Amino acid sequence: MELITIILAGILFGAAAYLMLSKNIIRIIFGTAVLSHGAHLMLLTMGELKRGAVPVLDETVDAYADPLPQALILTAIVIAFALTAIILVLALRIYKELGTNDIEKMKGDQNAD
Amino acid sequence: MTLIHLAILLPIIAAVIVGLSKKYSKRIHTGWLVLPVPLLIVIYFLTLIPDVNRHDVLYHSMNVMPNIGLNFDVYVDGLGLLFAILISGIGALVVLYSIGYLSHREDLTSFYIYLLIFMTAMLGVVLNDNVLGLYLFWELTSISSFLLIAFWYNRERSLYGATKSMLITMGGGFLMLGGFLSLYLITGSFSIREMIAQVDLIQASELAPIAIVLILLGAFTKSAQFPFYIWLPDAMEAPTPVSAYLHSATMVKAGLYLVARFTPIFAFSELWVWLILLTGLITLAWASFNAVKQDDLKAMLAFSTVSQLGLIMSLLGLGALGVHTGAAEELFTVAIVAAVFHLINHATFKGALFMLVGIIDHESGTRSLKRLGGLMTIMPITGTMTAITAASMAGLPPFNGFLSKEMFLEVMVNIRHADFSFLSDVSILFPILAVFGSIFTFIYSVILFKEVFLGKETEDTPKTPHEAPWLMLASPLILSLLVIVFGLFPNILSQTIIDPAAMGILGTTTALDTQIYHWHGFDSPALWLTVFIIVSGTLLYMTRHHWMFIYEYHKEHFTLNYLYDRGLVYSRISSKQLNDKFVNGNVSHYLAYVLGFFVIVSIYTFIVNGMAIDIRTASPITLQEMIVVTIILIALAGILVVKSRMVALILLGSIGFSMALLFVMFRSADLGLTQLAIETVTTTIFLLVFSKLPDKESYKYSVKLNIPHLIISVGVALTAIIIGYSAYSNRLFDPISQFHIDNVYDLAAGGNMVNVILVDFRGFDTLFETLVFAIAGLGVYSMMRLRLNTKKEGDDHEEHIDESRL
Repeated sequence: MELITIILAGILFGAAAYLMLSKNIIRIIFGTAVLSHGAHLMLLTMGELKRGAVPVLDETVDAYADPLPQALILTAIVIAFALTAIILVLALRIYKELGTNDIEKMKGDQNAD
Repeated sequence: MTLIHLAILLPIIAAVIVGLSKKYSKRIHTGWLVLPVPLLIVIYFLTLIPDVNRHDVLYHSMNVMPNIGLNFDVYVDGLGLLFAILISGIGALVVLYSIGYLSHREDLTSFYIYLLIFMTAMLGVVLNDNVLGLYLFWELTSISSFLLIAFWYNRERSLYGATKSMLITMGGGFLMLGGFLSLYLITGSFSIREMIAQVDLIQASELAPIAIVLILLGAFTKSAQFPFYIWLPDAMEAPTPVSAYLHSATMVKAGLYLVARFTPIFAFSELWVWLILLTGLITLAWASFNAVKQDDLKAMLAFSTVSQLGLIMSLLGLGALGVHTGAAEELFTVAIVAAVFHLINHATFKGALFMLVGIIDHESGTRSLKRLGGLMTIMPITGTMTAITAASMAGLPPFNGFLSKEMFLEVMVNIRHADFSFLSDVSILFPILAVFGSIFTFIYSVILFKEVFLGKETEDTPKTPHEAPWLMLASPLILSLLVIVFGLFPNILSQTIIDPAAMGILGTTTALDTQIYHWHGFDSPALWLTVFIIVSGTLLYMTRHHWMFIYEYHKEHFTLNYLYDRGLVYSRISSKQLNDKFVNGNVSHYLAYVLGFFVIVSIYTFIVNGMAIDIRTASPITLQEMIVVTIILIALAGILVVKSRMVALILLGSIGFSMALLFVMFRSADLGLTQLAIETVTTTIFLLVFSKLPDKESYKYSVKLNIPHLIISVGVALTAIIIGYSAYSNRLFDPISQFHIDNVYDLAAGGNMVNVILVDFRGFDTLFETLVFAIAGLGVYSMMRLRLNTKKEGDDHEEHIDESRL
């Protein structure tokens, strides 16, 4: 199963890269969201999958899934959410100030320097 | 800190005092306050002559940064003392001259501060034993020279000349530092005397040629040798006292000092000898040839300075050759003596000539040869002194220039006796170049005197010319007297100053007992060469209108100045083009550079280090998991291609919920829960923002397929997969989680391991994650509320409603 999740995470990274390379700021935000999914999946895979029960103490179980990557991912999910929220609002604000969502139109005055 | 340290630092201390006493010096010319400084120093250095004659070398150390080897170690031998006397002596004369030359209207305080800084820097260069200290003072001379050339900073030509000299001399100085560091790598010492002691180590080292070339580049740029001489004519925009002091007598000789000082170290090398010899001779011939065509008197003197520096440089090369071969030792000792002697002579007559040209400029308002003429009856004293010094420059008896020129020619003719690589094959070249240079030196010396002072008076001058005040005449008068005295009684110099200096260059302690004579007898080849130079020079001068046309062929495009200017322009243009091409303000380009770099570096690493993929312990695959994975892939493909952002958002949400499902399948209950909640909130925020973004069309346009982006993305995906695989299959250690699993109840009294890790084992992560969340919340709030440029009130009201909805 690890093989498949690593490939899936790689595809998520590639798709995120493609989305982030585009001009529209909404697509860039979609890209960051996809990127964080890929990263979480990769983290979980590195801790090895399905090698025991859910990591909640139980006298009858002798093997648990690795709890440490799960804790790390939990932190990462929350931070990724905070990031997504703030760049979304940033995109909104940019649209209100500049009237565009196209990052190529956000260059400012080229002759200023 | 000894008296000699104080002597070196006295000018810079005086500079501070001059700066502080600015407002009290309105009545009296600042120069009078400055004049005692070089006088005191020169008197002090003159008292050291007996010590140096007894070969009592003065060495005083002063620690500055001993840990890196940077010390202010003063070392006085004949060579250093000669330069120190020249610097302080001519410095005193130049200060005296500048009192008459510069009026109260100028910014005198700045002028003398720069001049005093320069004096300290120059004394520090010639009396330093530590190469790092030498380099620091060396750069200080470049900086103070830059400030002095740009003294009239509102003139464009001054700024151009100052920048040019700064770029060239500082570039050379920096390369020289590289040479010093290579010497340090070889010998492990920054002290010149210790390097001389370890010369066999340097001889054996492969770094020695690099050190030689780098140090010579420093010396050649400073001493305006071919092809780096181009800054010197443009430095003539400086006030004339500066030109006389820096650009004829002292700073341009720093390179000669450097070559002389390092001769005992590098004389073993053929590279050193050939480079110095050839560069010196080419400079001599080329600059004297070019001096003849100059119209501006100062430009003519600048080229003349370059040519004379080339002469001294070539003599130093021959002296090094003497050390190299060991044979015909007497001949090459003469070369060193001639070099030192001409160094002194050039300082006297060239300093005087610059001051005299300054007087002509000051009293008539022009330096152009076309507008001057017949000044002899108006300015008889200036005229007489010009005649004397120009004759000395041309090498006529009985002045001192004659003596050193004789010695130079003699050495150049006798060079054929030297047994040194293929020198004997090309030895005929040296006298030819030397005589060629000397003939043109003769011609421009004649032009300098005759065109200005003889002939009929012109009415063309901006001011009515008249004789200068005694204040300005005093300094050139002293120098002209020295020209005559040294010419008639050369041996007062030979025992006292020249011999110790020559011994310093050769690195010996045996007395040389030099005697300089006027008359060498009829069998001396130098005599006949001098006669030949005078005759052919006179003939060429008479017929100059018939051959001056050859300078017409010397087109602008082939000059070094043109190359320098074009080089500057093109470096500016190409760096701007490069910048515009790669830093074009397009964010997706930058991201492409970052990702491309990531991919290339990863691939390179894998090619170099190889990889081992080993999936021996993969867990089983179930159908449910495959279905979820398929859903994610389909949704992903949809996001990439759909033209409606709403559909894309729904697909993104479905990826998030599928991720939650995967988490559940992979035994991560808390993750699944959080993912579900977060995904729901994220989608809600997206929806809220979408309702505020009306231009749905713009999303459609950005969906178009972009092949370069596709390639980069595929590269990223493959790299991530390869890295993931190799990381997974090369696990080096067992996970540390067993500790958490074993101790979750005993140490933390909890059953849910993930939660215990979050709040107990690794609670700090959670603390700051909460902080991130808080900051994000504040950021969102302030982004919605903050209005830095307040718009119309109607807008404001509308915004308010938006916020409440958010």
